[in-house]
Amino acid sequence: MAQMTMIQAITDAMRTELKNDENVLIFGEDVGQNGGVFRATEGLQAEFGEDRVFDTPLAESGIGGMAVGLALQGFRPLPEIQFFGFVYEVMDAVSGQMARYRYRSGGTYNMPITVRSPFGGGVHTPELHADSLEGLVAQQPGLRVVIPSTPYDAKGLLISSIRNNDPVIFLEHMKLYRSFRGEVPEGEYTIDLDKADIKREGTDVTLVAYGAMVHSALKAAEELEKDGIQAEVIDLRTVSPVDYETILKSVEKTNRAVVVQEAQKQAGIAASVAAEIQERAILHLEAPVLRVAAPDTVYPFSQAEEVWLPNYNDIIEKVNQVVNF
Amino acid sequence: MKRTIEKLENEFETFQILNEDGEVVNADAMPDLSDEDLQELMRRMVYARILDQRSIALNRQGRLGFYAPTAGQEASQLGSHFAMEKEDFLLPGYRDVPQLIFHGLPLYQAFLFSRGHFHGNQMDNVNAVSPQIIIGAQITQTAGVALGMKKRGKQNVALTYTGDGGASQGDFYEGMNFAGAFKAPAIFVVQNNRYAISVPVEKQSAAKTVAQKAVAAGIEGIQVDGMDVLAVYTATKEARERAINGEGPTLIETLTYRYGPHTMAGDDPTRYRTEDDENEWSKKDPLIRFRKFLENKGLWSEEKENEVIESAKEEIKAAIKKADEQPKQTVTDLISIMHEELPANLKEQMEEYKEKESK
Repeated sequence: MAQMTMIQAITDAMRTELKNDENVLIFGEDVGQNGGVFRATEGLQAEFGEDRVFDTPLAESGIGGMAVGLALQGFRPLPEIQFFGFVYEVMDAVSGQMARYRYRSGGTYNMPITVRSPFGGGVHTPELHADSLEGLVAQQPGLRVVIPSTPYDAKGLLISSIRNNDPVIFLEHMKLYRSFRGEVPEGEYTIDLDKADIKREGTDVTLVAYGAMVHSALKAAEELEKDGIQAEVIDLRTVSPVDYETILKSVEKTNRAVVVQEAQKQAGIAASVAAEIQERAILHLEAPVLRVAAPDTVYPFSQAEEVWLPNYNDIIEKVNQVVNF
Repeated sequence: MKRTIEKLENEFETFQILNEDGEVVNADAMPDLSDEDLQELMRRMVYARILDQRSIALNRQGRLGFYAPTAGQEASQLGSHFAMEKEDFLLPGYRDVPQLIFHGLPLYQAFLFSRGHFHGNQMDNVNAVSPQIIIGAQITQTAGVALGMKKRGKQNVALTYTGDGGASQGDFYEGMNFAGAFKAPAIFVVQNNRYAISVPVEKQSAAKTVAQKAVAAGIEGIQVDGMDVLAVYTATKEARERAINGEGPTLIETLTYRYGPHTMAGDDPTRYRTEDDENEWSKKDPLIRFRKFLENKGLWSEEKENEVIESAKEEIKAAIKKADEQPKQTVTDLISIMHEELPANLKEQMEEYKEKESK
């Protein structure tokens, strides 16, 4: 075991897979000699060579198309989109192409691609760096969307994502990159995709969260405990497809649920989670499923992040509403 | 200030070997093709012309679905493809079905592609992907396939096609530029048939040629008479040799024309093309000039041509029959080809539809 930040765990996962599988290729803008704008690929080109870890021209669509082409030649591409706000440039390659290739070729071809990309607020980035756009890709059949919240999860989920033979969008929250360290085993281990994780057990209300909001939910749960409310915190880890089995089991126990996301209310994935809970467990519910989400405006100018981003107080407020419904 | 644009455009003269009368006007550039090769090229072009005529008829009868006519582009499509090896990788656009067939896709599967059946897209033992509908997407993917070939140390190329309209897309530029930056063995063919549906090429760009767009990527570019099968073949063959010698990609613009509509989905070319325009291009028909060339060499006859036509018709009939016999698609089929390992939502829907389909 070692103490690692999430970004160190991510680098460690990539190093592990570059070693394990000679078909793994890492490429993107500044990921080579520079080691990535967040140092996620630090040292990898030096260790594995320019043939395996390399820079590309500055064009997201070209990066996506190249990943598809390399996959058609049997490689396992691990492209990086520098910030997920730039995904609009590469939406066709991601949703229009790689997500559909296995299907469109009737299984002749598959796309073992993992697109890594940072996102998330709270670090005062300039425009279109922090936007939560997981909702867009979560709506595309053929994609898996993974969002880790801890160093341990990040490494195991990234190794699983890389080994998966279908495309995975792996979104890394910038605020979580270096905000804390956690225990991460040496060497290789995997965490199943499509599986949520109960980060805190409770009996009174289920908090479904992902990304940075997992930590806000955990903080809210601590506060709520002081008032005698035991919140169960579920970290989705994979936001498409969602692990409803884990959620429903929890809701059947707590009879109340709040879905928490950093994205705007009209975005993200909270609406579909709430819809599934009411379809499958309405008779277990003592109160409506409420959502914690950001206002439906464009992502805030950096100085307004604090008043705009959902935080643990917003979660406490919603929990009190469902508990006192 | 020097006027660079004029100088640049003078660099892109149209490469031609055969004129409209089938006479060799550029003997130095004549490709080294055997008599059998020359006859095979003609056979393929005649076959494609018949396939086009039959496909239009079958589409009108409702026995085919999506169809983008190819008549007029035989030299451009099949001359370029003739320079490919079987292990080269083909990334066609939606009009490039003939190349796919000669690259190994069984005809009945091409018909299934037209109808909208997944089996039509199953490229077993064919180094190709199915026709790309998103104009430009095939270009960036070609850069990736070519880079993959280079990394594998293969002596092969990736070849892709788009039209004159497609050369306005961002992906067109990005794909060429990536292939150039990685010196990848790619060949980009732009079939300039002068119209993107109803929009004439003059409205796509102020550039006088598409070939000169290669300059922006720092790669080789050549403009070819796309109605001259020998010129198209030669240009592609040379591009292929440069590519496998590690000299990087080439952009080939073929000047061609589609005699038919854009697609069979209601496009009416009389709304935007003049009769004079069509008559002018009819004289340039790639079949006429190559037929004359071969007849002068004693390599072609009406009898030979009729044999090709008859056997093409027979093959088409048999292929349509085979397409008809293909089992209908079910939702469970479609679910099963989404992922290697089905996610929970699809597992659930699989059960739901299994139940429905068993009734």
